Formats: sequence, C-alpha cells, structure tokens
Amino acid sequence: MLSAAVALAAAGAQRAVALTSNTNTSIFSPESTPSRSIYELSLFVLAVTGGIFVVVGGLIVYAAVRFRERPDDDGSEPPQIFGSNQIELSWTIIPVLIVVVLFLATARMIFAIQDAPKPAAALEMSAIGHQFWWEFRYPALHITTANELHIPVSTDADPRPTFMKLTSADVIHSFWVPRLAGKVDLVPNRINELWMDPHTPGLYVGQCAQFCGVEHAKMLLRVYVDTPEQFAAWVKQEQQPGAQSPASAAGRREFESQACMNCHAIAGTAAHGQFGPDLTHFASRKTLASGAADNTTENLERWIEDPDSIKPGSLMPSMHLTPDQVREITAYLNTLQ
Amino acid sequence: MAGGSIPVPGGLGSAADVAATEADGATWLEHLHSWVVTVDHKKLGVMYVLYALLFLVVGGIEALIIRIQLFFPDNHFVSAETFNRVFTMHGTTMIFFVAMPIVFGFGNYLMPLMLGVRDMAFPRLNAFSFWMSAFGGLLLYYSFIGGVGLQGAGSAPDVGWWAYAPLTSRAFSRGHSTDYWALALIVSGFGSIGAAINFIATAFCMRCKGMTLFRMPLFVWLYVVSSGLVLVAVSPLTAAQVMLTIDRYLGGHFFDTQAGGSAVVWAHFFWIFGHPEVYVLVLPAFAIINEVVPVFSRKAIFGYPAMVAASVGIGFVSLGVWAHHMFTIGMTSISNAFFVLSTMLVGIPTGIKIFNWIATMWGGKIRYRTPMLFAVGFLVQFLIAGLTGIILSVAPFNWQLHNSYFVIAHFHYVIVGAILFAIFSGIYYWFPKVTGRMLDERLGKWNFWLFVIGFHVCFDVMHIPGVLGMPRSIYTYEADRGWTGLNQIVSVGAIIQGIAIAILVYNMIHSALKGQEAGPDPWDAWTLEWATNSPPPPYNFAIEPVARSRRPLWDLKHPNDPDEPLEEG
Ligand code: HEC
Ligand SMILES: [Cu+2]
Repeated sequence: MLSAAVALAAAGAQRAVALTSNTNTSIFSPESTPSRSIYELSLFVLAVTGGIFVVVGGLIVYAAVRFRERPDDDGSEPPQIFGSNQIELSWTIIPVLIVVVLFLATARMIFAIQDAPKPAAALEMSAIGHQFWWEFRYPALHITTANELHIPVSTDADPRPTFMKLTSADVIHSFWVPRLAGKVDLVPNRINELWMDPHTPGLYVGQCAQFCGVEHAKMLLRVYVDTPEQFAAWVKQEQQPGAQSPASAAGRREFESQACMNCHAIAGTAAHGQFGPDLTHFASRKTLASGAADNTTENLERWIEDPDSIKPGSLMPSMHLTPDQVREITAYLNTLQ
Repeated sequence: MAGGSIPVPGGLGSAADVAATEADGATWLEHLHSWVVTVDHKKLGVMYVLYALLFLVVGGIEALIIRIQLFFPDNHFVSAETFNRVFTMHGTTMIFFVAMPIVFGFGNYLMPLMLGVRDMAFPRLNAFSFWMSAFGGLLLYYSFIGGVGLQGAGSAPDVGWWAYAPLTSRAFSRGHSTDYWALALIVSGFGSIGAAINFIATAFCMRCKGMTLFRMPLFVWLYVVSSGLVLVAVSPLTAAQVMLTIDRYLGGHFFDTQAGGSAVVWAHFFWIFGHPEVYVLVLPAFAIINEVVPVFSRKAIFGYPAMVAASVGIGFVSLGVWAHHMFTIGMTSISNAFFVLSTMLVGIPTGIKIFNWIATMWGGKIRYRTPMLFAVGFLVQFLIAGLTGIILSVAPFNWQLHNSYFVIAHFHYVIVGAILFAIFSGIYYWFPKVTGRMLDERLGKWNFWLFVIGFHVCFDVMHIPGVLGMPRSIYTYEADRGWTGLNQIVSVGAIIQGIAIAILVYNMIHSALKGQEAGPDPWDAWTLEWATNSPPPPYNFAIEPVARSRRPLWDLKHPNDPDEPLEEG
C-alpha cells in the first residue's frame, strides 16, 4: 500500500510539475530507454512489494485487533503453542519463490542496461566532475564545454544514443538526470560509463547526487536534447574559437591580465587555464556556475566581483576588481556566443 | 499482576530481604563516585542508556535544524557549511552515540539478569568499554571547539557520516575536523568491540544452572549474533580510520586519489562495516520485540528454534551484502547481480521472523500497555522498511533511488520506525525493573500516538521527494523543483516526533521520582530478570536460580502446565 501510495502521489505530483515547468525530475516520467526500462521494472517491483504489504500488513492488523484482551476476560492464560514445522516451512518457501522471481527480473535488466552494445552511430563524449561544476568533452568533435550538456535526440528512425565516460578531477560526484538514466558516479582515477537515448527534444535537469563538498547542492545539471539540425548547428558554433569583436578588446585585455586566464580557457586566446569551466562559448549558456544563477549581465557582474555572493564556497576566488574592470570583463564574456 | 517477590527454584524469595540499600546516607559526591568507578553491569547499563538519551536529544536538535533549513526553498536559516556539518554530526551521533550505546545499555543491564547470574563475564572490560564509548562521543563534539582551532568556532566534521574518500584527504578537508571524526570512531570502536566480546563471553560462559544454550531467552541469542557482527564489522571500520589517519599525516596513499589511491576501496571498507552495522542495531531491536510480544500476548514465542536459526542466518548473510550501497559506483554487471541476490536473500529469514511474531500474537490475549503498542508499531513499520529495502536492492531501480530522499526515508524507517520503536517499547517494559517504578501509562499513550503520527507524517512523505529527484545532503533547493510542499510536511512530522520524545523524557524523570511502585514482576512475565527485586540488588540474585525451561517463571506460576519438558542435563 505504501509503495502504491508513493507511486500514485509521485505520479500526481509529477504531472503537476510537468504542466508548469521543465524542471520535472521525476523518475516516473522517463524519456529515454534506460530510464524507461527502469520505470517498467519498478512498476513490477512495486506491485510485488505492494502485494506483500497488503497480505502481511493485513495479517498483523488482523492479529492485533482480533486477539486483543477483552474487558470481560476471565484472566486465564490462552493455550500455549510453541511452533509448527509445517507452517514454518510453508512461510519459508513462499519468500524463497518471491526472491527468485525478483532476482531474475532484476538481473535481466542489469545486463540489458549495463552491457548494452554501443551502436556505430552513437555519440561518444565524456563528463568530468569538478567541485562544483561539470566539464563535458566531445573528443571526436574537438569540443570542450561546461555545465550545460547538449546531446542529439535519438529516434527509432535515426538512433543516436549518447555514450558517456565519467570520471572526476577531485572528489566523487554523481551524474543524475532522472528522466534520462539512472545515476552513475564520477570517481577519480576511474572511468565509469553511462548511456542514454532521449526520445524527445527539450531541456532535462538533474544534479550531482553524491555529496562532494560545501556547494554540492548547487552542482546542478542541464541537458539539452537537440533535434539533429539544432545539434549540428550547436556543434558548428562550439567548434569556432571565441568571438573577437573589437568592441570588447578592453575586457579581453583585462581578462588576460588578471588571474582569470590561469583558471579558464577561451579557445583562440591566450587563456588556457584548466581549473575552472571553459568559457569559449560562455554567453550561449542559460545559467551561470552550474545553475546557481541565470546568466544575466547583472548576475555575471556580481559573480565576477564576488563569486561567494552567488555560490558561497565555490572555488573561484574574488579578485577584488574595480567596478570598471568588472564591467569590461562582463562585456567581453557576453560576446562569447 | 503478581505482587511481592516470586519464589524461584533455589529459594530466591529471600533476595528482597537481603537487599539492603547500600548507599544509604551517602553524600552526593559519594554517589557520583560510586557511578564513575562502578563495574556493576546494571549501573553501566543505565549509564549507557542515559548517555545515549542525552545524545538522542542532541542529534534530534540537529535533525530539527536540518528540517527547518529545508522548510523553504533557497532558505538561509543556516549556511551551506553549517548545514553540511549538522547533517554529518546528526548521522554520526545517531549511529555511534545513540543507537550503539542504547543497545549496549539494554544488553548490559539485562543479559546477566536473564541468564540468572551476578554480572557480565568481564566487569572491568565492561566499564572500560563504556568509558571508551563515552569519550569517543566527547571527542567528536569537542571538534566544535578544536576542529580548526579556537578562533574558527563551528568546525565540526562536514564530510557526511560515510565520509567518502577523497573528500576526507587533506587536500579537500583542511583543519582537524575530519581527524576528530576518525579518532572519535576509533576510540568508540574499541569500546564497541570490548562490549561485544563481553556479551559473547557472558552468553557462552555465565549461565545459571539449567540454563542451556537453547533455554536462553531469544534476547540473549540475538545479542550473541549482534555482538559477533560487531567483532567482524567494527574492526574494518577501525582499520579504515587508521589508514585514513596515516594518509592524512604520514603520507600514506590508501585513499588519496591524487597519489594513486582508491576512493572505491574506502567505500568497500566503510560499507563492509556499514551494512552489518544495520544488523548490529536491528538484532537487539528484535531481541526486545521477542520479549515484549510474547509477554503481552500471553503466549510463548512461536518457533523458538526457527527464530534462533533465522537470527544466525541473518547475521551470516548480512556480511555479504555491503556493496548494495555501491550500485552506482561502477561495479561490473556480474558483481551488481551478485549483491542483488545476496541482499534479497536477507528477506527470507526476516520474513520468517515477522511470521513468527504474528503467530505468537495469534490466539493470544493481547494486552495493549505502552510496550506492546510500540511493539505493534515496530511490526508494521519494520515490514514497510523491509519492503522498501527490497525495492532498493533492485539494482536498476537503485540507480534512480540511490542517494535520493527515498533512501533517507527507507533507512529512517529502519532506524526510527523499527529500532527506535523497539527501544521505546523496551524502555517502557524494563523501566519498572530498573527504577522500581512504573512509567506513567497516560503519558505513555501520548508518547506513542504522537510519535506514530509524527513518524508517518515525516517519513512516509519523505519517500516522495526522492522519487521526484531530490538528492540527499543538499543544503537547499530551488523553488521551481516541486519539492517545497512535501518538505514542509516532512518538517512538521519531525517537529511532532520531537514533542513525543520530550514527553518520554518528562515521563522518565517524573516517573522515576513519583511513579507508581512496580514490584518485582509488574507484567506477569516469565524470564529470570522478573524473579528478583525492582531495582535488583547489586548481586542480582541472593541465590543463583535454576532454569528448567525457557520460561522459568511460567513453570513456577503454572506448576500444572509447565513448558514442554526438555531433556534434563
Ligand atoms: C582560482 C581559479 C579561478 C580564477 C582565478 C577565476 N575563476 Fe572563474 N571559475 C573558477 C571555478 C572553479 C568556477 C566554477 C565555479 C562553480 O560553478 O562552482 C568558475 C566559474 C566561472 C564562471 C562561470 C562559468 C560557467 O560555466 O557558469 C565565470 C563566468 C568565471 N568563472 C569567470 C571568471 C573571471 C572573469 C575571472 C577573472 C576575473 C575568473 N573567473 C577567475 C575558477 C577561477
Ligand atoms: Cu558533486
């Protein structure tokens, strides 16, 4: 009953959420093969456990009510029964059978998801966890980006699953976008794998699911599932070096003469830092600092002036710049489409 | 209710008369001294329980801070840093300094009495173990002052109670807060191991005449299994803490990934401890239920041998399931499948236990005094906790639910809904033995019903944000995630539970001073602890009793219908 109630409530809540925004992260509204298989398996498991709950819970309640001492009791002790091998054997065998069934269903799904073959058309890329942001690399496409992941939609007619390798630059993180796939940890010194084949274009959100330090809660994830055309256009754009409009030359000079360039890379410039997110196409991102704030001019100025005011504990220090410097750098970053 | 002391084989009837109140006329300081230097298992048992209850209040306040912070999205009640410290301390405190000591306290107090002997096998080791546990807790809390030196107040550990590497390495955890955490657990771990050795030695070597192993109350059996698990499980934890300390100060690279160490190895070490630890705590909860359910149903426990076998079975199987905490860390599909199977297997002996408890109630005349209310609450909640456990053991489903609030709800169902309910049942059941006075029934019913309501409001609802994608350990969440209302309900439930626990504390203090006199056997029970006075004299029994069956007092009360005569030794 409880599990059924959870399922119902979750489904209801999920519908309400789905109507109002695209921040739905319910595991019960899957949009990709692994998450959908898990969802189907979970319905089966919920039905079995729900059934057990009804039967055994019913027995407990029945015994508790039916055999209570009545006010007119004569005070004698009830007959003493010490056990019965037959009965005990029967209620050993039933759980054994249930376990066998559940195990087989589970094992099948583990192998189906974990050992799925990689089709030739698959997009291969990797995710690297950092305190407290995500780095995404597409080696075959020569793209490095951060925090907002773009992958192609995968349809039956044109299957294009994404196969991702995961590792970490510092501590353990966990990649979790509930509607696309189960979570997989990003472990330093180790490469894990995950795949997903989203069927519907759109935005899917998630976040880091393994406590990784002070700003773990603000290590959010956005996955844009693009149509083939959108994705091709995005790839083309990302492969360009950072825009170099003369109007923002002052900001660029500022950026390159401050510590910024030690931590951030902007392709096509002298900035090659690896410690922070790649900013080559920073202006094309909707959010700032892995979802901690919207990417607006105002927020960006606040961020550059004092990152702690947006994400206290993030590993980017405040450089104590003058308001002019901040404004110039912001203007420069805003041109990095 | 039977009044006066009960004649016990061996002529215990005079125990009451010999029991002079030894500390009459002693000053306050002498009293205190007698508690500090005591090696008496009863005093140590009481100290364990009081110590645990003190930390229960501390850990409970930490829980309330967590719940207030999560009441609103983007809340600033506490900072991110403080929040991380509070949830780390909440988990560490509740497991190591509430659950463990309270369980040890019950065992210490009751095991010798149930076995009809005068003390534990090693009374001095017993005192040593208690003080090690106690100092472990003090050391942990001293980190608030000493973690980064006196200037930087508020510096407790902030790495989670599972303290995954490499977040604990010096590169990511500066200062000393992690050291306090590691050292506190090493110190209290030695205490736990000492207590476990003592329980096993007492059960195997210290039984009264006629008390064969298979006449031991099930309570004692469960403590034997639980203690065996402590020996096997706490040692790897201690080893891991030592390695961590070597990493941090002597240039070791066990878990230091930047020098080629392995984060996964820490996870294995931690869960090789962490999973059996659940059974270390839940088996004593079973122990309490095994005493309370029969007495209040007025029936012998159903299927004693099967209960012993199931307990030992659970003990063994529980040593092979640890990696079900690590389904997302990147194990091979074969390993995942193995740990799915081993985890599901635990369900079988656990199912046997639940059925046997139901069968014990079946056909009985159940008396709903407060201990039994908590025991029935235990049964229902433990059933649900077991089923959500099965759900989590399904590895693919676990890839979604792991580290979400569903998991938090599941293990609070185990630790609060099952273990704490059993402990409260035990408190109401044995308080009269320990103090000589009954706990107030009216307050007891308030305590029970408020706690049940608060529990379900809090932890039933908590499953849902997990399903909706809310991860654990986050200090805040955004308003548009759809989690706000659910979190508010959960927080209200937490506050109701806090009130229920306040009632319990009040009831204990009030009843210890003014409660109704209990007499030696207020529940008309059957095991040997009820054969001596309440509170028992320091030597427990003036004359060692003799056990002729599993229920010596039943035989006395029903000479015409004794328990099945077992073969005589
Ligand atoms: C010590 C290294 C360091 C320096 C120096 C540094 N940053 Fe950062 N920066 C980071 C890190 C780390 C992050 C990611 C923070 C997070 O999300 O938790 C970041 C994030 C950012 C972001 C947001 C990126 C995104 O994808 O959302 C911007 C913009 C940025 N930095 C700009 C700057 C500018 C401009 C400067 C110089 C004034 C600068 N940074 C200096 C480390 C640094
Ligand atoms: Cu993270």
